[in-house]
Amino acid sequence: MSRLVTIATSTALALVLWQALVTLAALPPFILPGPARVAETLWASRALIAHHATITAAEVLIGLALGSILGGLSAIGLASSHVARRLIRPMMVFSQAIPVFALAPILTLWLGYGLWSKVAMALLIIYFPVTSAFFDALMRTPPHWLDLARVMGANRARLMWHIRVPAALPGFASGLRLAAVYAPIGAIIGEWVGASKGLGYLMLLANGRAKIDLMFAALIVLAVLTLLLHAGVDRGCRRWLDGKAVG
Amino acid sequence: MTVPPSLTLEGHAKIGALPVFGPLRLSLAAGRITCLLGPSGVGKTTLLRLIAGVDEVTEFTGTITASDGLPLPGRMALMAQGDMLMPWLDVLGNVTLGARLRGMPRDLDRAREMLARVGLADHADKRPHALSGGQKQRVALARTLMEDRPIVLLDEPFSALDARTRAQMQDLTATHLAGRTVLMVTHDPAEAARMGHAIHILTETGLEDVTPPAAPVPRAVDDPETLAAQGRLLTRLRAPA
Repeated sequence: MSRLVTIATSTALALVLWQALVTLAALPPFILPGPARVAETLWASRALIAHHATITAAEVLIGLALGSILGGLSAIGLASSHVARRLIRPMMVFSQAIPVFALAPILTLWLGYGLWSKVAMALLIIYFPVTSAFFDALMRTPPHWLDLARVMGANRARLMWHIRVPAALPGFASGLRLAAVYAPIGAIIGEWVGASKGLGYLMLLANGRAKIDLMFAALIVLAVLTLLLHAGVDRGCRRWLDGKAVG
Repeated sequence: MTVPPSLTLEGHAKIGALPVFGPLRLSLAAGRITCLLGPSGVGKTTLLRLIAGVDEVTEFTGTITASDGLPLPGRMALMAQGDMLMPWLDVLGNVTLGARLRGMPRDLDRAREMLARVGLADHADKRPHALSGGQKQRVALARTLMEDRPIVLLDEPFSALDARTRAQMQDLTATHLAGRTVLMVTHDPAEAARMGHAIHILTETGLEDVTPPAAPVPRAVDDPETLAAQGRLLTRLRAPA
């Protein structure tokens, strides 16, 4: 309850500050609309925003799912093989030196203006954090557990599956929590570069037509979706991944 | 369980240019508990890990042989510092971990029997975090018994327990591991005096044999001879090498 009160109070405070800024600086609505006006637009355009939000949500969720699976498998692959680590890790680090933003136009060229170029962006942006967090955890299995398992006669595959992977699940979980926040950024970048649907597209469109209230309405919906996604992933991680190792 | 062999380690070890222990010869009598006592950092654990075949860093020059001439892997069980239970498995899962790791079917009836032997029959479905330190250690013992190996390696398994629980675990362990070839690495003179059929002190200069008390293992905590042996061991440990 006290947590809800804290959240409500800080939200109210933010709204008051926002309205105070608009009123005191006498900003016109096409520069910065007040919260009341944004709320009004949000309600009036709810069908439009909901339509675009659904598209973005789908891109984010598919990207998150695919990126997590791919990242998880990559981490296990890297942790299993010394050769893979030597050959592939430098490539992965190099790929991180390329800003994902710069890839968006190429992805749109390759995958088209539809859903998949945005899914690919979301996937790309979360792949490294997920892989990296899980891989690091896989490489940090308590050495005593490994000794025990070896004396018990475990081969490498079973050592991985029964000891290293379960022991590393909390690391995987922290990668997923980051991914839940990054994935929407990827999808929005994709939509900015080329799209006819989605919240990113809507924000760009609204901005271009000086409908700043609509832009803010879409932005707030995006932020709320991201928070919900993060909360959902966090809950899932607590339920299934963290508990595996801490009890 | 097959008839336990005796075990001999002979040689020296180093990591890079740094010697871990000098040339020494350690014999583990068949079916007996051999305690290896020594201060921290003299290579007791390294010696145990070399026998276990899990040390990949230390360069060991010498031989580790069993009296029956058969290879060691697959004939040893390890109980290391702390309980080393997997927190994501319940008690029964931990006791049957070995079968899982070898891809063999798990004998749950036998696992329950082992748990009953260590007095944990009612705790089979609990997760380790729901157990006390002593209970966790008993699960680890049940797991070791479940492995049913002729050679058992104990690496300071009870160092984190309180005095009362430690004494209980020593009794339980000595009783249940009777008849196996056991190497127990410890830094506790009291533990060595209670548990060892044979006691060796490992120091920077080498291995030293100490005559153990005559009473059968596990010796009573208040047995005068055992207490005297404990005192001698501590005095020897404190003496400059």
